[in-house]
Amino acid sequence: MTRSFFLRTPSLLIFLICLALFTFATTLAAHYGLMSTSFVKTLGKTLCLCLAALAMDLIWGYAGILSLGHMAFFALGGYMIGMWLMYARTEEIVITSLANSGLPATPEEIQQGIASQIFGVVGASDLPTIWAFAHSLPLQLFLVIALPGLLALIFGWLAFRSRVTGVYLSILTQAMTLALALYLFQNDSGLRGNNGLSGLQNIPGLDATSQDSISLWFFWASAAALALAYLALTWITSGKFGSVIRAIRDDEARVRFLGYSVEGYKLFVFTLTAIITAIAGALYYPQAGIINPAELAPIASIYLAVWVAIGGRGRLYGAVIGAAVVSLLSSWFTGGRAPSIPLGFMTINWVDWWQVLLGAAFVCVTLFAPKGIGGLFDRFAGFHAPDRKGAPLGPDQGSLQEKEALE
Amino acid sequence: MRILLACLLALLCAAPLRAETAAEILTANAALVEKASRQTIAPVIDALGASGDPTAAAVLEAWANKGLGIRKSDGLFFLITANEGGYALTDLAGAPAGEAAKSDITELKPNAGVRGMIATALVQFTLSDPDAAKRAAALDSIAKDPKPEALAPLRAAITNEPDATLKAQKQRLERLLTLRFDPESTARIAAINSFGADLGLDLRGALNPLLATKKLAAAEPPTANIAQELKPGRDLSEAEAYDLLVSANLAPARLTIEAARTALIANLAGGAVGGIPLADLNTQAARDRAYTALEAAGTVPQAATDDEAAAALKAHHFYDIYIEPDPGVTTAAAAALKSIGHKVAAMQAADLALDGLSLASIYFLAAIGLAITFGVMGVINMAHGEFITMGAYTGYVVQLYVPNYTASILIALPLAFAVTFAAGVAMERLVIRHLYKRPLETLLATFGISIALQQILKNVFGTQARPLTSPAWLDGALTLNDVVSISYIRIAIFVLALLFLTFFLWLMKRTRLGLEVRAVTQNPTMAASMGINPDRINMLTFGLGSGIAGIAGVAIGLFAKVTSELGTDYIVQSFMTVVVGGVGNIWGALAGATMIGGLQKLIEVFNPSNTLAAQTYMILFIILFIQFRPRGIIALKGRAAGD
Repeated sequence: MTRSFFLRTPSLLIFLICLALFTFATTLAAHYGLMSTSFVKTLGKTLCLCLAALAMDLIWGYAGILSLGHMAFFALGGYMIGMWLMYARTEEIVITSLANSGLPATPEEIQQGIASQIFGVVGASDLPTIWAFAHSLPLQLFLVIALPGLLALIFGWLAFRSRVTGVYLSILTQAMTLALALYLFQNDSGLRGNNGLSGLQNIPGLDATSQDSISLWFFWASAAALALAYLALTWITSGKFGSVIRAIRDDEARVRFLGYSVEGYKLFVFTLTAIITAIAGALYYPQAGIINPAELAPIASIYLAVWVAIGGRGRLYGAVIGAAVVSLLSSWFTGGRAPSIPLGFMTINWVDWWQVLLGAAFVCVTLFAPKGIGGLFDRFAGFHAPDRKGAPLGPDQGSLQEKEALE
Repeated sequence: MRILLACLLALLCAAPLRAETAAEILTANAALVEKASRQTIAPVIDALGASGDPTAAAVLEAWANKGLGIRKSDGLFFLITANEGGYALTDLAGAPAGEAAKSDITELKPNAGVRGMIATALVQFTLSDPDAAKRAAALDSIAKDPKPEALAPLRAAITNEPDATLKAQKQRLERLLTLRFDPESTARIAAINSFGADLGLDLRGALNPLLATKKLAAAEPPTANIAQELKPGRDLSEAEAYDLLVSANLAPARLTIEAARTALIANLAGGAVGGIPLADLNTQAARDRAYTALEAAGTVPQAATDDEAAAALKAHHFYDIYIEPDPGVTTAAAAALKSIGHKVAAMQAADLALDGLSLASIYFLAAIGLAITFGVMGVINMAHGEFITMGAYTGYVVQLYVPNYTASILIALPLAFAVTFAAGVAMERLVIRHLYKRPLETLLATFGISIALQQILKNVFGTQARPLTSPAWLDGALTLNDVVSISYIRIAIFVLALLFLTFFLWLMKRTRLGLEVRAVTQNPTMAASMGINPDRINMLTFGLGSGIAGIAGVAIGLFAKVTSELGTDYIVQSFMTVVVGGVGNIWGALAGATMIGGLQKLIEVFNPSNTLAAQTYMILFIILFIQFRPRGIIALKGRAAGD
């Protein structure tokens, strides 16, 4: 403890300064009309994805648990905030329309109006029980944290106590996401089936405020959340706790024999990252405006892993860079703005071929650059892993080298 | 009065009706026939039907189709066919009888009622028609639309039926009609009991209408055939019960919220209603008070209050009344339906088991390749689903060039194996070889390949579903009875799954390659020092697993839509199958597939309309199952189990 926290982790300060500069630049550009509202929203959404990637990096890069279900928590966070947004917004509309009907509206009439307004599309007219807290912002905000946290706690407790590890855990988390998505796809799930929740970009009570300002506010909120999470995670990973979870990644059995409660650590990390992801989702979906069960598809969680892998595992800034670069590139390519490449016999149209490129890039990163983009910074800063003759193995057997592992 | 007249006419006509041939009958009743009406014509039609004259059927048919006419000059009946300028005449015996001008002939135009009676009379002729196909068609039409009138002609047509099958059908139909329409309740009960626990849909279709009920509210027990007494609040909601009272005019209508609202708005005076200010009317209680005040002032009609409604409910009884008045028949029908229900439930369980088995064989086919790569080699292949898709697309491409479906499937199976085997070997050589011992990295790298492959397939074949048609001999289903049936395509898939199980067992236990694969699985270093080339074995094993995925793709493509997302639908289930069953063991994959397939069908029983829910609950079950057997149903023991 001779040096201060900031000095021991120089990347933290650099990251925070970069983020602040970026936020400032975006704000200025938006203020002077150099940047469209939709692009500000895209940037804000990207920051939320970076936040989710940060959580993914903690659970995968540091603790070695490849969770393929974190986007489920992301979407759950979105659903929780979306319920309040939709309820409150519909309440305003219903009260306005009932005001012209001769008598002041009773609470029952308002309730009925909201229910039929929201659930008309799935043929129901009663508010399901899970909407019981939707009228209250604080309660619903609490649920943003509590529900995904509880789900992660229960799932993690079940999985870790029966020592499900490695690929089994990955597949199990994938199954959890799939189960949740299939459940939400049903019309009687109480969350409007595959219609999802929509109109989330309209913030209740802020009718007079333009979307320009709202998008900037959400951008700032996303940036602040990212900065706070980065600070917190840097603090967690740089201390003793960080050493233990890295040790669990490298050799779980040895850590257990040393007397640490491996399951406790894993469970804490799993739940914490689920909550961070849920907060990211709660910030993301008001900017996206719509959420539906397709957001929970297992593929989304796998993309999260892809971002972290391309950015560089085991480095917090790597995850942020990966998420930002890949998701921005992805929206650039799929947005149809990338120029097509004529090859004579066929034309590479990036809307169609971007996924092929992404898949191939991903395979190449896994094969040739396991450190991802973050590895470039290492080279830049002059860090070198000790040369032990052979490629480092994955997180499972990361402490072993290839030659030893073969034996 | 009209009925009396009709009776009188019928009596008057009774004497001439003894005539023998159709022609004589018609001539004797010419006046009746010419002005045929539903009330009066019955004796004539019956006489024609009973005459035994072989021409009667033709005459009746012609009559119904406006093909019968009377020559005005002599009042004789002819079968008439319109030609240019007039009619071609045929006498009733079937011989040509020249032509006549249009004005010489009165064409008979029976109305709809008479035509209906003629059609009924014709039934008995078609039922005894010499052409067996026509008799069968007549039986079908009666079975489709059972009518009381069909009963008598049907009974008459049973004894002289030469065809044994048709005779049995007629007898069955006769009993079905008897239990519904016979006037004698003993005959109906006997007919019901004669079936026992028959599984036929037609029997259930005949029995169910007998048990149709309607709800009734009454102060005293009615004399009708009561199914059961309903208690408001238990068997039917109090609101429903009260609605019954209202519709039976036993109680005044209740005040709906909407009606109260309208009344309050109508009586709004000076910013207040009934002394309550408008602004305060934002709760239901305040609105009720305002309405009561209006009631007291007499400005709005009295409406039933909650107390009055409760009292009215108490004062009346509510019943489920059988529409069928005969209690003996309903009891017998209920008993018959109950025993049928038990048998149907047993059969449905058998059907469910078959369904589960066929789903299990699909999962097994999809998972067996994965069981090899994941189980034997410890390699997670996320692109397995895309290999399945590639197999299905191979089948589609083969069918583009080979129009014969049987031949094309026979070509497609080995070709799909070859294509996916090559893809698997290439993938192993280029990517997976570098990632052994790093399972999570393998998972990610193969996932990258998976999204790239899926997009390439989408670019090549488009997003719309492509057809992969099964040969005609695989169409249809093997039907054991009205409940249990299984389509041939599912049987084929089951057989294919069995074949693969046998093939795999033979390969692993009886061949040199299998021996080497098992050796490399258990201990690659030791296997290498015994002269086995682990690289080659890994490559072949991976190729084999991928090749089987291709064949599974052809099989799945035969009944599912071939899109680029075909494999994705199966990949998670396949992983579940392998994980639940136990890694590294073909019997484990089999057990896993059986369990997952059976379970999914079982859950679907509880909620048949909702396969999404079934899948959700199944995955939840698997997550819980892993708690108790983390290494699957059949877990490897000893050193081969790894950690």
